[in-house]
Amino acid sequence: MQLIACPWCGEREEIEFHYGGEAHIAYPEDPYALDDEQWAQYVFFRDNPKGPFAERWVHSAGCRRWFNALRDTVTHEFLTVYGIGAERPSHTSTAPAAPRAKGQEASR
Amino acid sequence: MTVETPIRFSPLSEWQDDFAQLPTGLQVRELPYLTQLTLRVAPGSAAAKAVESALDITLPGPLRAELSGDVKVLWMGPDEWLLAAPEGLQDELLAQLRSAIGDEFAAVTDVSAQRTTLALSGHLVREVLAQGCAIDLDPRATPVGSCLTTLLAQAPITLVVRGEGASSVWLLVRSSFASYLATWLVDAGTEYRGSSG
Ligand SMILES: [Zn+2]
Repeated sequence: MQLIACPWCGEREEIEFHYGGEAHIAYPEDPYALDDEQWAQYVFFRDNPKGPFAERWVHSAGCRRWFNALRDTVTHEFLTVYGIGAERPSHTSTAPAAPRAKGQEASR
Repeated sequence: MTVETPIRFSPLSEWQDDFAQLPTGLQVRELPYLTQLTLRVAPGSAAAKAVESALDITLPGPLRAELSGDVKVLWMGPDEWLLAAPEGLQDELLAQLRSAIGDEFAAVTDVSAQRTTLALSGHLVREVLAQGCAIDLDPRATPVGSCLTTLLAQAPITLVVRGEGASSVWLLVRSSFASYLATWLVDAGTEYRGSSG
């Protein structure tokens, strides 16, 4: 089973997590200013890249916290995990950057 | 009109005979009715410090539990702890913490009915848990005082390591999952019956 490194709990089995879709989709500053097409873009349209993709994940069976992850959609490899309010890290290579927890020690 | 107060019962009160059949290397006991409070507070804040001085402890960091006092403090998340204390202390502890916190920003909630606690002990505990739990219970990975919220046989649990090498652990399980987990434990322990365990 694939392991996912929760920023708080370290590596856990993927069944402890749930997926939350693409990260960094900000709620429109003024929703009333959007026309139907713009609203549809906000609600329904998402990127679908082949390669690194910024996603939201939640450690639902553990600490129950949301975090962001950069995942390679080709290899399913988690390139890095980062805070829910943090900027998307620049990441182009596929070298693993996810924090490796020693045993069950927290990664921070 | 009078409302009848239902008689209180613990989720595993009927399981004592089944637990008694388990091998000596896997002793299981329910600790019913523990006082349990959820504490939500930002670590390092004035409210967190007030709680720490009121309980005379340090709020433990990620994946750790503070087990030294009567009130055990279990890390549940970056701004969340579960306080577990002997039965019947809800009101007293709530009042104590709320007055310590005062107008600072924190939340203390009585969640005693949410979970029951199983105390497991014996040299088979680690082996039996390994049949349904992915956590490494080697003392180098999870020393005494480790506190992990995870899955055991797909049931959500919080596991607290109380004895070296997981020779003694607490499993906190939601009341509605308790009998399922008890069934699983009894089944998982069956193969060791009659052995030297
Ligand atoms: Zn976590």
